[in-house]
Amino acid sequence: MATTLAQKIWAEHVVRAAAGEPDLVYIDLHLIHEVTSPQAFDGLRLAGRTVRRPDLTIATEDHNTPTLDIDKPIADPVSKLQIDTLRANCAEFGLRIHSLGDKNQGIVHVVGPQLGLTQPGMTIVCGDSHTSTHGAFGALAFGIGTSEVEHVLATQTLPLARPKTMAINVEGRLKPGVTSKDIILAIIAKIGTGGGQGYVIEYRGRAIRALSMESRMTICNMSIEAGARAGLIAPDQTTFDYIKGRPHAPADFEAAVAYWKTLLTDADASFDVEVSLNADDLEPFVTWGTNPGQGAPLNSVVPDPAEIKDEGARQAAERALVYMGLSAGTPLKKIAIDTVFLGSCTNGRIEDLRAAAQVLKGKKIASTLRMLVVPGSARVRLEAEAEGLDKVFLDAGAEWRNAGCSMCLGMNPDQLTVGERSASTSNRNFEGRQGKGGRTHLVSPLVAAATALRGTLSSPADL
Amino acid sequence: MDSFIKHSGSAAPLRRSNVDTDQIIPAVYLKRVTRSGFEDGLFAAWRTDPEFVLNQPVYKEATILVAGMDFGTGSSREHAVWALQNYGFKVVISSRFADIFRGNSLKAGLLTVILNQSDIEAIWLAIEAKPTMQISVDLESRTVSYNGVVLGFAIDDYTRWRLMQGLDDIGLTIKNSDSIAAFEKTRLAHKPLTLPIRV
Repeated sequence: MATTLAQKIWAEHVVRAAAGEPDLVYIDLHLIHEVTSPQAFDGLRLAGRTVRRPDLTIATEDHNTPTLDIDKPIADPVSKLQIDTLRANCAEFGLRIHSLGDKNQGIVHVVGPQLGLTQPGMTIVCGDSHTSTHGAFGALAFGIGTSEVEHVLATQTLPLARPKTMAINVEGRLKPGVTSKDIILAIIAKIGTGGGQGYVIEYRGRAIRALSMESRMTICNMSIEAGARAGLIAPDQTTFDYIKGRPHAPADFEAAVAYWKTLLTDADASFDVEVSLNADDLEPFVTWGTNPGQGAPLNSVVPDPAEIKDEGARQAAERALVYMGLSAGTPLKKIAIDTVFLGSCTNGRIEDLRAAAQVLKGKKIASTLRMLVVPGSARVRLEAEAEGLDKVFLDAGAEWRNAGCSMCLGMNPDQLTVGERSASTSNRNFEGRQGKGGRTHLVSPLVAAATALRGTLSSPADL
Repeated sequence: MDSFIKHSGSAAPLRRSNVDTDQIIPAVYLKRVTRSGFEDGLFAAWRTDPEFVLNQPVYKEATILVAGMDFGTGSSREHAVWALQNYGFKVVISSRFADIFRGNSLKAGLLTVILNQSDIEAIWLAIEAKPTMQISVDLESRTVSYNGVVLGFAIDDYTRWRLMQGLDDIGLTIKNSDSIAAFEKTRLAHKPLTLPIRV
């Protein structure tokens, strides 16, 4: 029977299938971090269980780590306890961990690909919804809760219901200044935050094939913002070239590539749903509301909720405008920004920093705002410094921080204050996401950099 | 996990759609390393508003939350489920739940029930007319009942059985350890291992 890529990977990982029960699915790689794992380790201890496969498990510290003074003890005692707990758990169960200060520390979804641990055809899970990022390599990767973290630690498997499949076809060619972030924001605006619920999305089409690995990661990363637990892209030469030479690239690379080349959706396979988008028509896209589906082209205006037909969506838009302090009809480019955040598992990789630095080079950010640049990993930071990007950011007046999730979720001290407005390359514009009362506009790294220079939401074309 | 067969209680109407897990519990409350004590973070931002539904004395006893569409979107934090349970909720009803939140709730024993949006609207009106109204959620018959209205809901047989028995998922999987070991023997040789460390 003709199958899709997601179905193929699923079938290759079914340990046990029985009528009337979920499939028991084998997990190739389990990534853990400090926030969603402590209760799982407690569960193991309570039941006297061990970690079945320490050699398929890796931990890093990211969500709750400071981005300043990382050589000093963590100031917040509650945060410190959480980090110490992860370290103790990894020591007790014999797990690999990259701690703050280690050059392989960083956001879990940046670290996996950079070490070459993320490879096509794998099943990858983590107690973090942005695990979908790894789907860019043609892996089936999805976020799980703490009960499931415990399950994977104990058994290296998960009982899972088979998902439906959705194809999102992006044909055409992106205009200069338009990025994969704009593609995914446009997709979420089109299908809604629940549009992908119950599906694994496969991103296909010429515009997707033309993207670099890091740009593909940005798209798959935000699949969850469309409600899809996983999003993936079939592996190709771009994928193979990215993995080659990385620390955990297969020793027999040719054998691996031969297998990876089989990881394609069959020509005659059908998806449960297909959605199309033309890249030719896309412009830089930003959000105006409090969920990632509330977005619009940067050249447009804040929408009028009265024109939204669906009652639930209209009420949500009305509430969002109140929270965001915006009026319908205001040109998005007139919105003044207080903080620009460049970073996160969505857009904190070297390519993102290069794109923003290109725009900022030799210029100064607006005096009315601050800009935080937070590399996705310690290695990205080192790489950027080797290229002199840190100097570009510092000379422009931005802050150059250490790696972590930082202001994406406002768990560490990097937060917005009440009413403060950000242009953020992260993934969620929920109320209070970046700090209580903070207002978030999601943007691409190019829009973030141009906004930093002009002080209002802008694209490089406006400079 | 406690078994869930039937629950009756009063309900709180949360007339909002797209309630994401950052609203259910903001990240700053996720620093604890326990499974308990998260009730103070539940809807933390909204609870500063005296008008917020959970701040209204008539809904103080509510053990069932009836929410708008797309409840539990966003972050995978199971703390969202724990916060609802720690606060006292046994059931959440919505017309659509985010996948990860629903998975987490059914693992942790918080029953999530999916009803049509039109039924949700009717329940909201009924609760607002009489906040003490009792709603019964019966997992055995897969029904929600209130004011003589009986609504069926879907839940797969396996999850229903597991919740009704209060069974530990991990214990069930460990019974299949031989199948897991057999599967591991067939795993492709080129797939990566995290140990020994290569950097």
